[in-house]
Amino acid sequence: MIRNLTNRIILIVAVVALAVWVDLSHQIEIPNPLSASNELLFSRNVEPRLGLDLQGGLQVLLEADIPAEQSIDAASMDVARQIVQQRTDALGVNENVITVAGDRRIVGEFPGLEDAESVLATIQQTGLLEFVDTGDYYPQVGEVLLTDYSATGETTEAAEGETVYHTIFTGSEIDSVSVGQDPLTSEYLINFILKPTGAQIFGDYTAANVGRPLTITLDKQVISSPIIQDAIYGGQGSISGDFTYEEANAFAIQLRYGSLPVPLKIVETRIIGPTLGADSLSKSLMAGLIGMTIVALFMLIYYRLPGVAAVFSILIYAAITFAVFKWFHFTLTLPGIAGFLLSTGAALDANILIFERMKEELRNGKTLNHAVDQGWTRAWSSIRDSNLAALITSVILFWFGSAFGATIVKGFSLTLALGVIISLFTAIYVTRTLLVILLRAFKPQNLERWFGI
Amino acid sequence: MIDILGKRYYYFLLSLLVIIPGLIFLAIDGLPLSIDFTGGSLFELQFTNAEAPSAESVFRVYEANGIDDAQITTTDSGTFLIRSSFLTNEVRDQILSTLQTETGADIAVIQFDSVGPSIGAQVASRALLAIAVAALGVIIYISVAFRKVENAFRYGICAVIAMIHDVAVVFSIAGIGARYFGWQMDALFLTALLTVIGFSVQDKVVVFDRIRENANVLRRLEYEKLVNHSIVQTLQRSINTQLMTVEFLLLALALFGGVTLQEFAVILLVGLLSGTYSSIFVAAPILVLWEKEEWRTWFGRSANA
Repeated sequence: MIRNLTNRIILIVAVVALAVWVDLSHQIEIPNPLSASNELLFSRNVEPRLGLDLQGGLQVLLEADIPAEQSIDAASMDVARQIVQQRTDALGVNENVITVAGDRRIVGEFPGLEDAESVLATIQQTGLLEFVDTGDYYPQVGEVLLTDYSATGETTEAAEGETVYHTIFTGSEIDSVSVGQDPLTSEYLINFILKPTGAQIFGDYTAANVGRPLTITLDKQVISSPIIQDAIYGGQGSISGDFTYEEANAFAIQLRYGSLPVPLKIVETRIIGPTLGADSLSKSLMAGLIGMTIVALFMLIYYRLPGVAAVFSILIYAAITFAVFKWFHFTLTLPGIAGFLLSTGAALDANILIFERMKEELRNGKTLNHAVDQGWTRAWSSIRDSNLAALITSVILFWFGSAFGATIVKGFSLTLALGVIISLFTAIYVTRTLLVILLRAFKPQNLERWFGI
Repeated sequence: MIDILGKRYYYFLLSLLVIIPGLIFLAIDGLPLSIDFTGGSLFELQFTNAEAPSAESVFRVYEANGIDDAQITTTDSGTFLIRSSFLTNEVRDQILSTLQTETGADIAVIQFDSVGPSIGAQVASRALLAIAVAALGVIIYISVAFRKVENAFRYGICAVIAMIHDVAVVFSIAGIGARYFGWQMDALFLTALLTVIGFSVQDKVVVFDRIRENANVLRRLEYEKLVNHSIVQTLQRSINTQLMTVEFLLLALALFGGVTLQEFAVILLVGLLSGTYSSIFVAAPILVLWEKEEWRTWFGRSANA
């Protein structure tokens, strides 16, 4: 009936064992057997990731606030994404996910967050780069300074015991920034070129303040405070400061894009309260369980022995799918659960096609072995073509969902596609192996009873 | 063998009976598009520890903030569902704090959706594009898969006609749901619609595949008998897959899955049922009708179905 039965069983057991391991763990760790200390050879977090609709939270869709006919290059959208990520990371929100959607939108997801105000305010702030006169004072990196510059033109009043420093000029005077190396010390440097007006101010200031610090702040926070070595005319300067290449590069990005490279506006906000999320999760899981139980009962009653094989392979299918979700950190959403149930239907469809074919062959008086073989061979073209059609739809849905940051649509199409692929393995390979094992174990004589013909 | 194809004109009539009422509702009431497509806000609030305000006073709070199109409904679970034009976050916070001071209640935000008008319009146009791409994909796919069969493109076109039938059924159900249960077409509706299209094609492929196989084996058989034979052979599978598994799973989801997914599950349920129905009772009969060129008898003598 099938060759290499042992190999098949080994493969299936291995896959199932792996899947169950991932399903039941929060963290996959493999200790190094050669190392005396508890050094880890491998480690991966496999905590299930719940979508906003299941645990509550905030989702915002940001769009470049630029006329639609004007195109935006992908690089600046990605920088904008990084900046939004950095700004919201600082809020201490757990697991915030910021992604670029399409060519002019950014989706921000903040699970478990109800108070939208602080997040929205943080995202929308524009980064302000300032060159500040701090006299002889060398502020620490990260220190927050009060300066006399503000975008609205209002002056900042100094409170008791505070100093307001003078802003010499702002990031708007910078023309370009690059990372370079000192030819003598091979230390990394940040080279910048100023616009003509900025160059004039910079030249005058550096000439008057050699040996003093020039403090640079981003959003009033000190990012560097280098010493002025010489008067710098001509608008070209460099900042040294014991940087590694990565640091110099990150700094250059901040200088270049201190304010967002593209202005962003909020075009969509969705808040899901935690109670609604929890309610949806428990109800849909319950619904899935009830549905699966009824379907399993039907398969057992209608198809008997092959039904047993089908039910087992569906359980294996569920275990593998869940493991894949956890391993790749796919987000589990409510429509995702619906997609999973639908693909379970598709997985069973493949088995039903095969079993019906098998019964037909048995009714035509074929031997059992022959009927099993024919069931698989003949049903294959239907299964292949119909599953391909389902995959095509999933891809179109995914494309639609991605362009608009419609995570619900993406979640649904992803589970559907994954389900179709995994179900091909279980319906074709696992069910057949299980059925052969069952046939060998029971050696059924009464076909009417065992196959429900 | 059961003669399924003989009564084909009755099936067409049945389909029309299902499709037409809902489409009439849609024609009268307009498409019940949600804020996902039109732009606007949906705000669901729950008031605790104090008496909830009247719908009228909530409306006045909205009005005071320059939003004069708020529609307020209360849900079964006692929450307020307020639909209005697009709220910026500032206006939303203003409304929330006004409500809080006026009622003295604790207000929990159950959900808040706000979609800008431009984004809604783009989603709608992209959605139409997605459906068109899906239909085109289907025709190409079937034409390729059945390229060795005589008149392969007929299979593709019949699948698309049946697909349009299924889309019409889904719209009809949405129209009926909109009139009697206040349903709206949102991103989930669109997802359901596209899924119905995908599975509808899947189902046609299974039936057509059997016709393809039988055409090779039973060359002498008359075309109508051949198709009928193929339908009967796949009937058990169609019933088992659709009714016994997929529909049961969706029914469980519709009954126990909570409000968020209910509408989605019902639309999928009806749509997928229609997908199976249309393979047997729409796509296959049209194939036969086409082969026999029956339209010649439609006018002149009676159809004689």
